[in-house]
Amino acid sequence: MKKIALFFTLAFALILGACSGDTTKTEEKEPAQEVTLTVFAAASLKSTFTELAKEFEAENEGVTVALNFDGSSNLVAQIQDGAPADVFASSDVNNMTKAEDAKLVEGKSVLFATNILQIATPPDNPAGIKTFADLAKPGVKLVICAEPVPCGSATAQVAKNAGVTLSPVSEEQNVTDVLGKVRSGEADAGLVYVTDVISAGDDVHGIVFPEASSVVNEYPIAALSNSKHKDLASAFVTFMTSAKAQSVFKAAGFGQP
Amino acid sequence: MSHPSRPPSWTWIPAAGAALFLGVPLMAMGLATDWANFLGLITSESSRAALLLSIKTATASTIVCLVLGVPLALVLSRSGSRFLNALRPLLLLPLVLPPVVGGMALLATFGRRGLIGQHLEALGVSIAFSTIAVVMAQVFVSLPFLVLTLEGALRSAGQQFENIAATLGASPTIVLFRVTLPLVLPGLAAGAILSFARALGEFGATITFAGSLQGITRTLPLEIYLQREVDPNAAIALSMLLVVLAAFVMYTVHRSQGVRE
Repeated sequence: MKKIALFFTLAFALILGACSGDTTKTEEKEPAQEVTLTVFAAASLKSTFTELAKEFEAENEGVTVALNFDGSSNLVAQIQDGAPADVFASSDVNNMTKAEDAKLVEGKSVLFATNILQIATPPDNPAGIKTFADLAKPGVKLVICAEPVPCGSATAQVAKNAGVTLSPVSEEQNVTDVLGKVRSGEADAGLVYVTDVISAGDDVHGIVFPEASSVVNEYPIAALSNSKHKDLASAFVTFMTSAKAQSVFKAAGFGQP
Repeated sequence: MSHPSRPPSWTWIPAAGAALFLGVPLMAMGLATDWANFLGLITSESSRAALLLSIKTATASTIVCLVLGVPLALVLSRSGSRFLNALRPLLLLPLVLPPVVGGMALLATFGRRGLIGQHLEALGVSIAFSTIAVVMAQVFVSLPFLVLTLEGALRSAGQQFENIAATLGASPTIVLFRVTLPLVLPGLAAGAILSFARALGEFGATITFAGSLQGITRTLPLEIYLQREVDPNAAIALSMLLVVLAAFVMYTVHRSQGVRE
């Protein structure tokens, strides 16, 4: 009987634990020698920002950049709840506006990159997708982002502009999950960003479609008002618009604002 | 009459800390809930679809768990085979695995390019992105709960009555249904309710293996996760609903154990 009682305690913890998904992934290096600049950036910026942060550290002696990647709306919520961040880079204007409205932003945000959607299919393109309209063909297993998240609202807008009604088999929480379902071959096609197709390399086949350019996703970045290193934070923001940073963004598939 | 020995009195302090650690977050969520609009928040079209789907799939997976889990618990507790004993921790592994890992494992098995899935696909059967995938994900994570609970009950019930019934000429199947199962009924009920609750809360394996689409695969926990993006109030209200359901389940299990003792 005691064994069972113990088991319930464990069971209860597991049931509750199953619903939690709120983890803060802070990639910190050595404890700050002098100054640590904490940057909250949209998940789609992971590879470029990781590279550029190293560059920024090299240019600024004694500065360590700590990067935290997550969905933009999660990041805004964390900053609102008092997370100690110096810089916020969002994957859409909407979430930056949320931060600005909550008086969390120091000065004004600047646009530093753009991104558009692209069709991703498994390398052998089993459903023979060629155009955006092909995605609506019966039998095509299409996976997109759910409308509440930025890539999902972009998808809905593109579909509307193209006059195509999409009937996906799944609406995922973020673009990484969409890409995952295409990579594993579960989905015949997915709508992701150009940059995701490039970063996936040979795992997926990207299809450019003209309707994509009707919805351009803009990436704003801003120093935050709670920052203890405001000068450094603005320097980081400026750095992202420099020619050096822009060439890194271009190589990853981002457009210029 | 001897007095049972009591734990040292200092244990009260960490014990109270543990109780607070478990209790306060739930209370805080209760306080953060927008009770004035609670009904409106939990009865939106997407919420109702998610709740209905959750109850339907959790019920289906509990039935599957009973059909598969009762025989497994019987075999594990009664066979005495060394091979099975060695296998036992492996069968109960999903209990301690992160559900996402379970989802990946199911994908590797039943996905379109999976071990079994590729042959099913050739026959025109596709599991991923269907309600069946949700049930499979739930069974994968909740089956060990039923098996473990029932196995414990079977072991502590002993085999005395079964042996007597057998010497009186009852066939093994008659013994199972007339003696063994009635004896462990409270344990069986507790196991079934626990696996139902675990299925209801399943998130990681579902989102990995089944996807997320309203009315088809988006169960209550997936809906909560999505609502968090748009309407945190709705997410909290739905979470409260799940807490109430879980509390009801724990109360029922507690009572069924109480009756047994």
